[in-house]
Amino acid sequence: MKFISILFVFLLSLSVSAQTNDIDSTSIIVDDSLTQKIAPPTSVIVEDFKYDDGDNLNIHWVPSIDDLPQDGKVIRYRIYQSVNNGEEELIDSVNFSVNHKKIEGLDIDSSYAFVVSAVSKNSEAKSNKTISLQPEREWINFNLASLFLIALFITAAVIYFIETARRGKELFVRKIAGLEAVDEAIGRATEMGRPILFIPGIHDMDDVQTLAAITILGKVARQVAEYDTKIRMPVARSLVMTAARETIKTAYQTAGRPDAYNDDMVNYITDEQFGYVAAVDGIMVREKPATIFLLGALFAESLILAETGNSVGAIQIAGTARPAQLPFFIAACDFTLIGEELFAASAYLSGEPKMLGSLKGQDVGKALAMAVIIVGVISITLGEAYDIEFFNNITASLKSFFSVSK
Amino acid sequence: MKKTTIITFAVISALFLVSWIAKGMFTEGSSPFLDGFLVTLAAFLTLAIMSFLYKDNPYYKFAEHLFVGVSAAYAMCLGFWSTIVGNLIPRLSSGISEFFKVSYIEGDYNFIYFIPIIFGILLLMRLSPRGGWLSRWPLAFIVGTTAGLNFVRYLRSDFINQVSSTIVPLMIDWQGFGHFFSNLNFSATGQLVMMFSNLVIFIGVTCGIIYFYFSKEHTGWFGRASKIGIWILMITFGASFGYTVMGRISLLVGRITFLFRDWLEIIS
Repeated sequence: MKFISILFVFLLSLSVSAQTNDIDSTSIIVDDSLTQKIAPPTSVIVEDFKYDDGDNLNIHWVPSIDDLPQDGKVIRYRIYQSVNNGEEELIDSVNFSVNHKKIEGLDIDSSYAFVVSAVSKNSEAKSNKTISLQPEREWINFNLASLFLIALFITAAVIYFIETARRGKELFVRKIAGLEAVDEAIGRATEMGRPILFIPGIHDMDDVQTLAAITILGKVARQVAEYDTKIRMPVARSLVMTAARETIKTAYQTAGRPDAYNDDMVNYITDEQFGYVAAVDGIMVREKPATIFLLGALFAESLILAETGNSVGAIQIAGTARPAQLPFFIAACDFTLIGEELFAASAYLSGEPKMLGSLKGQDVGKALAMAVIIVGVISITLGEAYDIEFFNNITASLKSFFSVSK
Repeated sequence: MKKTTIITFAVISALFLVSWIAKGMFTEGSSPFLDGFLVTLAAFLTLAIMSFLYKDNPYYKFAEHLFVGVSAAYAMCLGFWSTIVGNLIPRLSSGISEFFKVSYIEGDYNFIYFIPIIFGILLLMRLSPRGGWLSRWPLAFIVGTTAGLNFVRYLRSDFINQVSSTIVPLMIDWQGFGHFFSNLNFSATGQLVMMFSNLVIFIGVTCGIIYFYFSKEHTGWFGRASKIGIWILMITFGASFGYTVMGRISLLVGRITFLFRDWLEIIS
């Protein structure tokens, strides 16, 4: 009797131990009398992950029949990997109900086989080993075919309009309110004998907004050179300083006044956002510029700069593509270039065939977007409301074309 | 220098000293006088920057120049030690890595890392009166690469995803007008509100695009649609303005809390 009691206590402790142990970090001691046997997952298939660099494989399986939505015995699946027919090693685990896994970071020169096991609280059931498969590299990602076609369409439109403009045909671009004021703003600074302050944002040359600001600077600087007005341009990035100096220098040369150019027109302040703001605020109140251009990537500093500029009585022309900062410019500046207008401004001001053609090409893209949205909304509305197959097919086609998985 | 300026400076210096001594005497810790000095200095600089709200003054100028100088030097050091020493040298030379006491990355040697070195040197050629034109090459590379990479990125995020997300049904769970009016409710997830929000998305996006269409004069129906577009933009900006201002107020509260709690210890 005493022996049976000891045996009972021993088995009970084994059971408690098995339940409290971390199932993934310890091996499971299986006692047939206590375990709930579960069925393994079946039909485990390994296949190459399409359109990658040859470093991924996909595996999927039919879940264990004990993997049920409620009161299922399976708590997770473990994935074992065998490299070049070597030993199986546990590499990952996924929750119950999951039936696939992307295996990443593989070597293109090795072959891999997998075993998937279903794990319950105190047992594990392994599937058969899959075939050994080597990941393959694909040179073209056909998932991006629609992206390529749209890019091709817009690029073709851009090239067409550039060529049209080069042949001398005049391309119409509607008036942009903020830009009409540029001449007036520069003239005001000239009359008042006060400088123009040009802020190109705080991002580097890898931001398209900075590029747009530098393009507008070219036009402004040329006019500044012709009127013999002073221009002051504090910058927050060294590369922007280099590019801005080049731009202003070229503008002065084009205006026939290279002797009037001075490198000190553009000066580097600091990369630190609020250090730059403090310095620019100081410049504004001390030099009292008549005109301030705030164009480019501006962030939390936009309201501080715009308000200080407003307080010194400067005429301000601002523009950014950051939606969160536009309200401040609209509130505190005289003219604001909203988002796309900033990019259009450079083309509008320069009047160069390349830039005008590019702007017209982008308009073709916008027209395409509008057409797709209108057709898509009509088809999805009629398709869902009246279950008309024709419209459902159109919606499905549009959704599939305008979705880029990777 | 004006007499009032000297008196103001003397008073502020005296207050600074009193604050430092008081903080040093009543602050607990291993180095109370150093902690007291740092808190007092931080408070002084905060007040110096805030004094700009009154007008430009020498204290603001001091804080501004200190901030600019320290941050510019810090940015330069960070750029040198993290980019050149931290990333580039360990991939190029074991000897120079040893000199800078950074671990050399074995097997990562690649000729491609000489390209940024060459471009960096070319950028510095700007300092030479004869070779200044060479600095345009790396600039052209940066600008060209940026334009190319961003074209695909923006085409995907701002064009394709936007178009796809705007294809929404204007009639949801539609079972005829009778059903619609008999089940009319104004809950946020109700049929009416959902349909209205989809309509706003559709009209907002379409009219917004029309506003940014530059190839046609904004007159007639096109002009009216463009006006709806700018109205929608302005309503969005209004909401965004309020939201951001509230965020800025919380930053101000943070600074005021520092002054009244950490420095003056008036509030707990």
